[in-house]
Amino acid sequence: MTHPVGPKSRLWPQRQGRGGGVPAPLLVPALLGVAFLVLPLLGLLVRAPWSDLGPQLARPGVGEALRLSLVSATLATVVSLLLGVPLAWVLARSQVRGRSVLRALVTVPLVLPPVVGGVALFLVLGRQGIIGRWLFEATGFSLPFTTAAVVVAETFVAMPFLVISVEGALRAADARFEDAAATLGADRWTTFRRVTLPLVAPGIAAGAVLCWARALGEFGATITFAGNFPGTTQTMPLAVYLTLQRDPEAAIVLSLVLLGVSLATLLLLRDRWLGRGAVT
Amino acid sequence: MKRLVAGALLLVLAGCGVDDGRSIETDGELGGTLTVFAAASLTDVFTDLGDQLESEHPGLDVQFNFAGSSALATQVTQGAPADVLASADEEQLDAVADLGAGDPAVFAENTLVIAVPAGNPADVRGLADLADAGKSIALCAAEVPCGAAAARVFDAAGLTPAPDTLEQDVRAALTKVQLGEVDAALVYATDVAAAGSAVEAIEVPEAADVVNRYPLMVLERAPNPLAARAFVDLVRSDTGRQALADAGFRLP
Repeated sequence: MTHPVGPKSRLWPQRQGRGGGVPAPLLVPALLGVAFLVLPLLGLLVRAPWSDLGPQLARPGVGEALRLSLVSATLATVVSLLLGVPLAWVLARSQVRGRSVLRALVTVPLVLPPVVGGVALFLVLGRQGIIGRWLFEATGFSLPFTTAAVVVAETFVAMPFLVISVEGALRAADARFEDAAATLGADRWTTFRRVTLPLVAPGIAAGAVLCWARALGEFGATITFAGNFPGTTQTMPLAVYLTLQRDPEAAIVLSLVLLGVSLATLLLLRDRWLGRGAVT
Repeated sequence: MKRLVAGALLLVLAGCGVDDGRSIETDGELGGTLTVFAAASLTDVFTDLGDQLESEHPGLDVQFNFAGSSALATQVTQGAPADVLASADEEQLDAVADLGAGDPAVFAENTLVIAVPAGNPADVRGLADLADAGKSIALCAAEVPCGAAAARVFDAAGLTPAPDTLEQDVRAALTKVQLGEVDAALVYATDVAAAGSAVEAIEVPEAADVVNRYPLMVLERAPNPLAARAFVDLVRSDTGRQALADAGFRLP
């Protein structure tokens, strides 16, 4: 059940082995696309002060910022999975009225400049915010400028990526498997757990990766809502930005560290959980 | 004598050499385009002064590029076609001083004050309250100019601040005061003046010696040197000084 084989995959199995080459109308733009995406990275690599690498990495705060980045991005992805997968199911499968409006609302954080997102979070969850004010008065707890605020800001910005991915996977999945499960007497919750989830697992994994990557690079909402304090809320992108003000070369080193760690993590996960040939 | 000849030659060159329509003069009247590069904190004052100069000289078009002082210095070094450069940072201007026609002169000063939300809910009275861990405090990060200035103020006062966040620029620190999310922030007097009634300023006597000085100069390769000179004169005139004082600047 973990590897459902749809009719399509049975039709096209030999295709990958054929060495037919890529047609020119696809090859040229594809190469341009690669160049466009990779050249800036190359620029970073060329300009990086490699001899300085050791001292820069050993600077106080770098390890802390990296750890905080990884932890908060992972927590944000977990929260996004817990809330986002059910939300994607509602958008793709349910008959709730106003789904298209709901979908548009859910994608708002995608178009909102993250700094504005941070201010919006203040207005709801800040010490003077609609909900935050009540929380502060009742418990004396104020969310901004805490590590939890970093996770909240990252989740706000990154969850839509997961929702959109999973919704797409749900729409593309063959609903007949779910119908078959229903005719065999499974209720909707069982069908979701035993049929739908395994069916769209690669889509969920792809969405989670996208979400994690976005959360890891998050800057605007984080520095606005969570502020910037080493050890508590200063993630790598914040450290990179502030270092850039004084020492551009050190900022390049920090960017490469973040890049290296995130690429290594993604490759490792891909091998470990997604298996070869999985959709990512 | 040599100098006189060189000067005359320069005048002739200036008169006939420029043919791109940027510095067309009609009967001694200023015209063409004047490009002013200025620190972001000068946005309001300089925009008003530019409007005034344009209304006095209908043929003149004043264009501004407001940005951080280090970005401005980089742009000028890279050959951006600016006439006037006004920086919020003497060090940044030193880096491009050899591109100026004449020495830069300081025309305004900015000091740090404590900004609190309207009504001062946390009852902040002075710098010592910013060392109180029980209060929610925003400071600028040490990497940006306002943070470096703040560090000097705390050093001079012998205090260790207790910030909850180190902001990436002075406006970000001020935003958190405006939203009431922090009890106080150390920002420039001009930022509080621009923020309106949502923010109140508390003077900091300890900050009196930590002053940001704003130098101004006409660039040597100014495409429109006459208009550039006129703008600098306006900034240094009584009108200009009044506008700067109204915006919270101190005058040297």
